[in-house]
Amino acid sequence: MEDNKTMLEANNIDVFYGDFQAIKDVSMKMKENSVTAFIGPSGCGKSTFLRVLNRMNDYVDGFGLKGEILIDGKKIYEKSIKVEELRKQVGMVFQKPNPFPKSIFDNVAYGLRIQGIKDKKFITERVETSLKQVALWDEVKDELKKSALALSGGQQQRLCIARTLAVEPSVILMDEPTSALDPISTSKIEKLIFELKKQYTIVIVTHNMQQAARISDETAFFYMGELIEFDKTDKIFTNPSEEKTENYITGRFG
Amino acid sequence: MTQLEANLKALKEGTVEMITLAKMQLQKSKQAFLEKNQDLAEEIFITEKHLNNFELTIDRDCENLFALHNPVASDLRLVIAILKVISDIERIGDHAEGIAGYIAELDKQFEKELFEQLRFTEMFDLALQMLDMLEESFDKEDVSLARKIFKLDKSLNEIKRASPDVIEKYLIDNQDVTKQALFLFSAIRKLERVGDLSKNIAEQLIFYTEAKVVKHKKVK
Repeated sequence: MEDNKTMLEANNIDVFYGDFQAIKDVSMKMKENSVTAFIGPSGCGKSTFLRVLNRMNDYVDGFGLKGEILIDGKKIYEKSIKVEELRKQVGMVFQKPNPFPKSIFDNVAYGLRIQGIKDKKFITERVETSLKQVALWDEVKDELKKSALALSGGQQQRLCIARTLAVEPSVILMDEPTSALDPISTSKIEKLIFELKKQYTIVIVTHNMQQAARISDETAFFYMGELIEFDKTDKIFTNPSEEKTENYITGRFG
Repeated sequence: MTQLEANLKALKEGTVEMITLAKMQLQKSKQAFLEKNQDLAEEIFITEKHLNNFELTIDRDCENLFALHNPVASDLRLVIAILKVISDIERIGDHAEGIAGYIAELDKQFEKELFEQLRFTEMFDLALQMLDMLEESFDKEDVSLARKIFKLDKSLNEIKRASPDVIEKYLIDNQDVTKQALFLFSAIRKLERVGDLSKNIAEQLIFYTEAKVVKHKKVK
C-alpha cells in the first residue's frame, strides 16, 4: 500500500461559504487502491472536503475555493475540465440510498445511457457485472424490471454503488454510506469496500470511528476546518501523534 | 467521567492494589524466612489465594472493557498493559509463596555466615524496593521512576550470578548445610525472577504512557 501511487492530491485547499471559512489550508495525498477515511465531529469540514474532490460544491451559494485538487495528476478545477467528465472518473455514494424511481436495470444503466452509449448488449453486460460486483446480482437477477424503490435500504445502497461502478470511475467517494443501514447491511457494504479497493481508490466520510478503524488504510482527522492529523489507520487508533486526535477518538472531546 | 473512564480508573487502581498485595507477600516472606516463622508462612499461603482471585477479576474486567468499549489509543494501551502486568504480579506472588514454602523443609536455623556471603537479605531488599517503585510509578504514571527499576534488576542478576561460587566455597568446610544451601539457592533464583517480572511490569508502564516497546531492547 505504501508504494501505491497518489491518485488524489489536495494542495493548500481553502473553502469559503461567503465569509465563513469551512476548510483551512488542507493538503493531503490519497493513494490508489486504498481506503482513506475522514473522521471528525459534525461541522468539522470533512463532508465539504469530500465534496470538493468532485466539484459538488460548485453551485452552492457563496462557495469559494483556493488551492488545487489533482486527480491522477490532472487539476480538476481548471476551466478545461468538464464536470460531466470528472463525474465519470469520480463516483459518489451518499448517506441515504438515492435510487432513481426507475427499474433496477435502468438505475444501473443510467450513467451509461447519459454518456450516449446505445449498445444494448454492452449495457446489459455492464449492468450484470456491476450488480455482481456489489453482490446484488443473485438477489435481483430475476426482477431487474422491478422498481428500485421496492428494494430494502441495504439493497438500495448497494444498487447505488453498482450505479456508480457501471461508468467505471477510478475514485469512489462515500459520504456516510452506512449510517442509515442496519448492522447486516453495513457489514455487506464494508465487505464490498474491501473488495472494491483492489480496483478503485475509495474515500469515505464516517461518523462511526470503529468503521473507519475496520475498513480504512489511512485516516484523516478534521477539526474546525483543519486537517489535524493524517496517518496510517493503525497508527491513528493505537498511538495518534496529536492530542486533539487522541481526545476525539477516545471520546474525551470538549 | 464517562463509564469508560470510570472503568479504566478502577482497572488501574486494582492493578496498583495487586502490586501492593504482592509486595506485602514478599515482605512477609522475607520476615518468615529470616525468623523461620511457620505461622507467618501459613498466612502467606492464604493471602496468595486472594492474589489469584484478584488476577481473575481484573482479567474479566479487561475482557468486558474490550467487548463493551472498544478502547483505542492510550486507553487500548492501558488495557493491554494491565492484562500483561497482572499475570506478572500474580507470578511475583507465587514466588513469595514458594520462598515461604522452603521454611517447613528446614530443620534448623539458617547459617548467618552463608546468608551474608550470599547477600541474601540484600536481594530481598532490592526486590522489595523494586516493588515499591513499581507501586508508585504505576500509581503516578511516573515513567522516569519506572526506568530506575532496570538498574536494580541488574544488581539482582549480579548477586544471583555470584551465588553458585559462594555456595561451592562455603560447602567445602560446611558439608552439613548442603540441603540448606540448595534451598537458599532456589530462593535466590525466585528473587531473581521477581526482579525480571518487575522489569517486565515497568516495561508495560512505558508502553502505556509513551507507546514505546522497550522489551528485549538494550536502551530503554
